[in-house]
Amino acid sequence: MKNEDIRIAVLRIEGTNCEQESLDAFKRLGLNPEFVHLKQLLHIDCNEDEKRDIFDFQCLMIPGGFSAGDYIRAGAIFAARIKSKLQKKLQDFVEEGYPVMGICNGFQVLIELGLLPGIDNHISQIPQACLNINDSDRFECRSTLLKHENNGNCIFTSKIKKNDIRLIPSAHAEGKLLFPLDEQEQYLNKLEENDQIVFRYVDQDGNYSGYPWNPNGSISNIAGICNHSGNVFGMMPHPERSFYKFQHPNWVNNNLQNNYGDGRAIFESVLNYISQKF
Amino acid sequence: MFEVKVTIKLKKGISDPEGFNTLKALHLLGFNNVIEAKTIRIFDLKLDGKNKKNIKNDAEKMCQRLLTNPVIHDYEIEIIGD
Repeated sequence: MKNEDIRIAVLRIEGTNCEQESLDAFKRLGLNPEFVHLKQLLHIDCNEDEKRDIFDFQCLMIPGGFSAGDYIRAGAIFAARIKSKLQKKLQDFVEEGYPVMGICNGFQVLIELGLLPGIDNHISQIPQACLNINDSDRFECRSTLLKHENNGNCIFTSKIKKNDIRLIPSAHAEGKLLFPLDEQEQYLNKLEENDQIVFRYVDQDGNYSGYPWNPNGSISNIAGICNHSGNVFGMMPHPERSFYKFQHPNWVNNNLQNNYGDGRAIFESVLNYISQKF
Repeated sequence: MFEVKVTIKLKKGISDPEGFNTLKALHLLGFNNVIEAKTIRIFDLKLDGKNKKNIKNDAEKMCQRLLTNPVIHDYEIEIIGD
């Protein structure tokens, strides 16, 4: 598939606010991204020419923000609206291997939706995890260091070497990943076994150091996970905000090559996967 | 019609940074006798229907599908009316 034929849906509802930079990230790689309001997929309140089908696209991206004001819980309302009519289609979309990614609020939506952790690859009716309020009870907005820990299952990080440390900004108040308290160990073991852990927060020496390196108190310092098949991925930090070298806080002194930032490789990996598979 | 009160609490063992922060602020204001502060959320719903059992079932489903995340929350449903 040619790059310009690859259509990406950057999904939004009221309160989404990272859609522009997410769209730009795909556009800069020569893909064909489009803002799609959820109503366009649900065919509510839109003109005939605005109606879209999820299968018009090769990738679904849920960007960051504060969808529906983060009411009830972050991502819960967005997830409920998707579930209301799209659940079956979304399940088919995922089963056919199309990539679905959620960044920040998008990750919260995928968790509330039951698409992640996706240990059995199905949308669970009841969430199996939670992105809870940060331990600090604050909105943590700053650079974070992420260690890539995936062994190759996650299609979103195929362009990143294992153990590579990337500087990607975080900006969230609810990013503490939790599993049911009495089953935390089993969930973590399962995720490790299935190669579903993608990024962990680390300090500058690559060690797991807790707060403030881990901005939210997430279990096992997890920053991003994927489903069992590797084609659904969620992370709290914002790779779309570090697409270029000049977006890095220490852009003058760092060793980044070719003017590119640490987040770009995630979008390149998506492009690589889609152009090879479809 | 029934009035349904859904009270949502954090499960035992789940940290409550909001509650803890509230406790700290209360101490700063001089209320040193406060030992604990926990946050809970209450939804007051009005439901159409005649059968109390069905209303309870509906409220349960609402809790499971939207109002709570069972990973961190416990909930109680109280039905007012007849």
